[in-house]
Amino acid sequence: MQQLLSQLAILIIAAFLGFELISRVPNLLHTPLMSATNAIHGVILVGGMITLAEASDPIIMAVGFVAVVFGAANVVGGFWVTNRMLGMFRPPRPRVKKRREG
Amino acid sequence: MQVATFLAYLAAAALFILGIRRLRTPETARSGNTIAAVGMTIALIATLFVIRFESLLLIGAAAILGAVVGAVSAQRVQMTAMPQMVAAYNGVGGGAAALIALSEFYHLQTEGGLSLVAAITVPLTILIGSVSFMGSVVAFLKLQELAFSGAVSFPLQQVVNALLFVGVLVLGTNAITDGAILPFLSPVASMVAVLVASAILGVLLVIPIGGADMPIVISLLNAFTGLAAAASGFVLENYILIIGGTIVGASGTILTRLMSSALGRPLRKIIFAGIAAAGSSKEEDGEEREVNDVGAGEVGEYLSDEAEKIVIVPGYGLAVAQAQGPMRDLMETLEAEGKTVLFGIHPVAGRMPGHMNVLLTEAGVPYDKLYDLEDINPELEDADAAIIVGANDVVNPAANDKEQDSPISGMPILNVEAAERVIFVKRSLSPGFAGVDNPLFYDTDKTMMLFSDAKQGLQDIVEAVKGG
Repeated sequence: MQQLLSQLAILIIAAFLGFELISRVPNLLHTPLMSATNAIHGVILVGGMITLAEASDPIIMAVGFVAVVFGAANVVGGFWVTNRMLGMFRPPRPRVKKRREG
Repeated sequence: MQVATFLAYLAAAALFILGIRRLRTPETARSGNTIAAVGMTIALIATLFVIRFESLLLIGAAAILGAVVGAVSAQRVQMTAMPQMVAAYNGVGGGAAALIALSEFYHLQTEGGLSLVAAITVPLTILIGSVSFMGSVVAFLKLQELAFSGAVSFPLQQVVNALLFVGVLVLGTNAITDGAILPFLSPVASMVAVLVASAILGVLLVIPIGGADMPIVISLLNAFTGLAAAASGFVLENYILIIGGTIVGASGTILTRLMSSALGRPLRKIIFAGIAAAGSSKEEDGEEREVNDVGAGEVGEYLSDEAEKIVIVPGYGLAVAQAQGPMRDLMETLEAEGKTVLFGIHPVAGRMPGHMNVLLTEAGVPYDKLYDLEDINPELEDADAAIIVGANDVVNPAANDKEQDSPISGMPILNVEAAERVIFVKRSLSPGFAGVDNPLFYDTDKTMMLFSDAKQGLQDIVEAVKGG
């Protein structure tokens, strides 16, 4: 019971934290933001590992195996692609003014 | 759970939060992503210490397989295909959550220790995870244009969805009460049925949603997978799953709300009605109406000689034509002539929130030239020209027409009408995704229509400006 209550407390605080964190991200960065949070829900891989580790039945083992493959693809793909994307955001250049005779 | 693992999870959670915080500015965003990835690595390593040692080989094999698939796809994907990619990662995350809950249920059944918390959160995780998985698969197929393109609807759609949902509730209750409702179905079989019914529900929820609403769907599915991960945290009594999943679930919900308000429509309307109801306005435009059809030379001349401040509005058509490069060339050419060039980016330009910004930065447009909807509308007031490339719905003044009940009415638009002249680079007069005709096309005094492929058209304008 005690544990459930502390889990619920964490749930509520994390939810408000999520709202707060995202509200300040500008439109400019919404795609990378989504892609990064997408990678973070790949934390489900932790669950996949735990499930696969305790599996004894072959069918459950297969299910757990798929879950770990899925979770790992989510984590690695998610962070990788976000990094690639953010590498393209170049800082503003100093304006070079070349006025051509027209 | 060991104390060290618990503390490592707390550290990982802190790093997730720090990482997302740094996504607020482009300068710090990349390091933020790295920080979150470090947090993830810590969480994964810490987990290794609480599981059976003998299982490591199998876990390692599965993880390497998944990691390779993830890395290769992430390295290869085109930026135009980002929405599909995010949908795919989303789907596998949701699918993993559903599978984890299912096998945990089997485990608890054989051990005979189904707690009240597990009895509630197992079916919940399976429902959300499975909807997210199949919903993402459909979104992927739609975005990749492999299947279900446009809005697919069928009669009694909502009734069928409601029945499926009731079915999920009945089957889930049957599973956790040891077959109290349907004695012939074993608890595990019922739970598998919950998974299947939820998967069908996921398909049916997403197929009626049309192209222009895709940013919202992607964002909503992201929130779903986050919630599924959080729910699975209650099943497994694992704190990092609860924290990580909830943060993503909450942030996804906020983004979804931002997107639906950028489209000017309540979320409920998008999900339950799709854009399907909007067929009527398409068929009206039987008669030929006059437009001011110009060549690239004329556009170039106007830009060279009479325009000082130019706002460019790119839409997804730009990305389809792979015209981001010529777009940057046009910007550079005009700047070399001493003009001011700004970009007006509608929040739903592209196929996911903020997509167009990524596509333009990829082409080398500095991000300080990319203006949001609220910031560009005042700039349009004194702009000499607005060039619209591959976009229509987001600049369609019909959205402001409260009388007409069109699919885009109420959607905030980029007010290009305020500019001195409006230049459309467009392949034809065909309306955009929403299927609503744009009255601006026929304003022959203000508007110039350059009928061309976006890439060719922009290249021609660049030549014309240089030549002038």
